[in-house]
Amino acid sequence: MDGMSLLTITVLAVFVGFEVVSKVSSTLHTPLMSGANAIHGIILVGAIIVAGQAADPWVLAVALFAVVLATANLVGGFVVTDRMLEMFRGRQRPPSNVDAVEPGAKERRQ
Amino acid sequence: MTLLNPTWTALLYLAAAACFILALKGLNSPRTARRGNLIGAFGALLAVVTVFVSVKLDNIPWILGAIVVGSGVAAPVARRVHMTQMPQLVALFNGVGGGAAALVALLELPHTGDAWVRVAIVFTLLVGAVSFAGSGVTFAKLQGLMTTRPVTFPGLPALMALVLLAAVGAGVMVILNGWLALALVLLVLGLVSGILLVLPVGGADVPIVISLLNAFTGLAVAASGLVLGNVLLVVAGTLVGASGTILTRAMAAAMGRSVAGIMFGAFKGGSTAGSTAVSERPVRSSSAEDVAVLLGYAQRVIIVPGYGLAVAQGQHTAAELALALEARGIDVDFAIHPVAGRMPGHMNVLLAEANVPYESLKEMSEINSEFKTTDVALVVGANDVVNPAAKTTSGSPIYGMPILEVADARQVVFLKRSMRPGFAGIENELLYEPQTTLLFGDAKDSLTKVLGAVKGL
Repeated sequence: MDGMSLLTITVLAVFVGFEVVSKVSSTLHTPLMSGANAIHGIILVGAIIVAGQAADPWVLAVALFAVVLATANLVGGFVVTDRMLEMFRGRQRPPSNVDAVEPGAKERRQ
Repeated sequence: MTLLNPTWTALLYLAAAACFILALKGLNSPRTARRGNLIGAFGALLAVVTVFVSVKLDNIPWILGAIVVGSGVAAPVARRVHMTQMPQLVALFNGVGGGAAALVALLELPHTGDAWVRVAIVFTLLVGAVSFAGSGVTFAKLQGLMTTRPVTFPGLPALMALVLLAAVGAGVMVILNGWLALALVLLVLGLVSGILLVLPVGGADVPIVISLLNAFTGLAVAASGLVLGNVLLVVAGTLVGASGTILTRAMAAAMGRSVAGIMFGAFKGGSTAGSTAVSERPVRSSSAEDVAVLLGYAQRVIIVPGYGLAVAQGQHTAAELALALEARGIDVDFAIHPVAGRMPGHMNVLLAEANVPYESLKEMSEINSEFKTTDVALVVGANDVVNPAAKTTSGSPIYGMPILEVADARQVVFLKRSMRPGFAGIENELLYEPQTTLLFGDAKDSLTKVLGAVKGL
């Protein structure tokens, strides 16, 4: 792909990145950071390509080390995020009712 | 085996990129967050399968073996880690991702003759190495392997400038000549700058640094995508870089600091240096029974949990206490400071783990005005986030950080381990105020005793 197309895609991705997280409540900051952390583990794709084209044993060794690191980032990241989010379920009232419940709870207090 | 043609490959990568965007979007709301994360994981799986069927790869058994090793190490750790230790695990995963990006860039250097590609390689090398080493130091600080206080020495700024200057010089030479040996030097310089960058950061600011390094790794991955001409890496890395930047700013704003101030002016003038001294002034300490009476006959109680609660694994007991008080007709809420715990939103995760209903967890902006009408504010293992010095003492390292206004409550009860200052290392004047009562001890033990006493009322 030519440089100009890559640049276009990069700039658009910056705006999507800004837009998609700009309204997250602080409650979900930690899972969001952890989820984003898992996503950059996709460097695994790059590590696989480099390892798959390695001819020299030293290059292969370093590339395989990169594959191990990237896999740890990718797999560990998604698993730990899932564990965190698992805890946001199973409460007495389903979270989908939160918005409906909230105003009433405030009035009671006044 | 015939390889997938470029059009299909591009389409599959596009689908994976869309999955990542949906994942981040899903993480916006507690209802869709878990599904969002699973969509992200599916996108990653799709991308990894795609690379195997679309690129001519040698050494496939070795690669599969390395993937098994990586998953075999990371998945059990991620599954078993205590939620209190999760911030350092996230730091660790972030670091290894940055390290992987740097290695990929290093290995691609001999394969390119294009100076522009070498610009991206130099960027990935440096930023990936900074992220790797910086995350390592962050991990050590959070895991308690080293002091959480800012580490500075007289020549630090000069050394930092020197290392950066050397890195720029080496970077330019690598871009112009493509020397592999010099790229290794650059890698080392990146590692050193990562360490020097994080050492002077004080404990309370560590979460912001994790978030910043997360954004750094994202950018390194995006640049490695430019090196390999892989659009998926470019999109995914840029998404993380951009969202990580926004998140870092949001976290810094919650602490009333600027990101630049944290990284370069960290607690300026070393004002935390002398704060290890514990004051000898009198405080009012009390028994669990007295605290139970205060709580049991109140109408409105707000519980302010901090890291001490998490360390003591007392979140379940705190949740039980809230239930016991509610059974007596008392209005109980949890006030969550944005940086309570060790990461933004960390406390929410810990309390959610203890089955505290989502709607009892109030954000700072929502609850601060309610302390005035509160009978008892129960501060469990928190200190800096309720320290009035943030509002009154302009010389204080935490000056300007928004705090929970517990001082407005009629009574303030601190469950504290000792009189030692909090993570930021600053004395809390509120402890000496007449409306304040202290109950010393491990947060979980104290809560258990108070809970027993409340039930016996």
